[in-house]
Amino acid sequence: MPITSLEFDVVRKMIYERAAIVLEPGKEYLVEARLGPLARADGCTINQLIGRLRNGTERSLSDRVVEALTTNETAFFRDVKPFETLKSTVLPEIIARKSASRQLNIWCAASSSGQEPYTIAMTLKEHFPQLLNWQVRILCTDISTEMVTRTKLGRYSQLEIGRGLPAPMLLKYFNRVGLEWEAAPELKRWLDVRQMNLAAPWPTLGKQDVVFCRNVLIYFDVDTKRSILRRIRDLITPEGYLFLGAAETTRGLDDQFESMHIGSGGCYRVLGAGKTVERRVS
Amino acid sequence: MILRKILESIGFEVEQAENGRVAYDLLCSWIPFDVPDLALVDWNMPEMNGIELIEAIRDNSELDALKIIMCTTETEVSQMTLALLTGANEYVMKPFTAETIIDKMALIGMPVGTS
Ligand SMILES: C[S@@+](CC[C@H](N)C(=O)[O-])C[C@H]1O[C@@H](n2cnc3c(N)ncnc32)[C@H](O)[C@@H]1O
Repeated sequence: MPITSLEFDVVRKMIYERAAIVLEPGKEYLVEARLGPLARADGCTINQLIGRLRNGTERSLSDRVVEALTTNETAFFRDVKPFETLKSTVLPEIIARKSASRQLNIWCAASSSGQEPYTIAMTLKEHFPQLLNWQVRILCTDISTEMVTRTKLGRYSQLEIGRGLPAPMLLKYFNRVGLEWEAAPELKRWLDVRQMNLAAPWPTLGKQDVVFCRNVLIYFDVDTKRSILRRIRDLITPEGYLFLGAAETTRGLDDQFESMHIGSGGCYRVLGAGKTVERRVS
Repeated sequence: MILRKILESIGFEVEQAENGRVAYDLLCSWIPFDVPDLALVDWNMPEMNGIELIEAIRDNSELDALKIIMCTTETEVSQMTLALLTGANEYVMKPFTAETIIDKMALIGMPVGTS
């Protein structure tokens, strides 16, 4: 039976409270499509499943519903440009500036199944051999425990590696495991993968030189976006860099960030940072 | 073939050849002015297989600008290595979708209008 508007509201409220994700009216079909498999697995109807959700007694059920309703769409080298900007401008600047402390901290704030952090790791390995004797940490967080597990495992299907990963890099940085490909230990070593809800209070994460927060703000309302951007600003080093998704911006949300254009791509820095870089680029 | 339709819909002209030998002759007939931008090469073809075709293409300096994507059911690491060493720019394993091919085209610097 299709879900009623009351049932849709139950789901909508729950996903907003738990993950700050805004489900617009009209997304009933999405709820039905995503919760269908859960209901089937439990041998009940979607309506019964939502009934259980409304009772609110099963924490694990609402976890599973959150998992089912998040969009985990991602790809290696997604949009290409951010990784070119990282390579051409951001990393050379950071490496020159931090040559004494030799510490590099990058945070991938909605890392999904891990293609984004592994892309960052490959970019570092491929172009910055000097990082070998640096302390590198790529912190990966996502609300979904399933995605966290996948990122830790670092295994990808033929179809997933077919999306965006150049064949020479596949050969260099992945090992064949049956029909799948597993990221090499030298990449995994840099990743620190944890479950974390961006919309809840954050644990101590440490100062970050670069933050990737891509294709996740789009799911949130304005207040949540603002609060996340403000907290990123507190976390980023004064000279740090922020990358957002292609459809996301700080404009109108946080006027303490300024965008910098590099080639046809770009990223954001806290106002006043990076005068030296801008001079080098122009 | 769906791939052909999709490539045509984003502005490419597509020619097909039934085997490696025919493909190579066709390519040579287009020298010097009409050499295409891209060859999608299968591994298993009668007469001249994909690797032999790539070898022939890379031996011919007049075809230097031609990019090559190997599209195949062969999935051994050694085969992939061989194809890339022989001169393929990219390697796509089945199963793949038209999206995968377009993605790879973007990766090797072709204008496909996506990122
Ligand atoms: C579309 S993916 C983006 C993945 C990657 N950053 C990229 O751009 O390819 C969005 C991810 O955000 C995660 N997510 C959604 N709401 C979240 C929240 N409140 N806190 C943390 N992660 C969240 C989802 O689990 C999903 O993996």
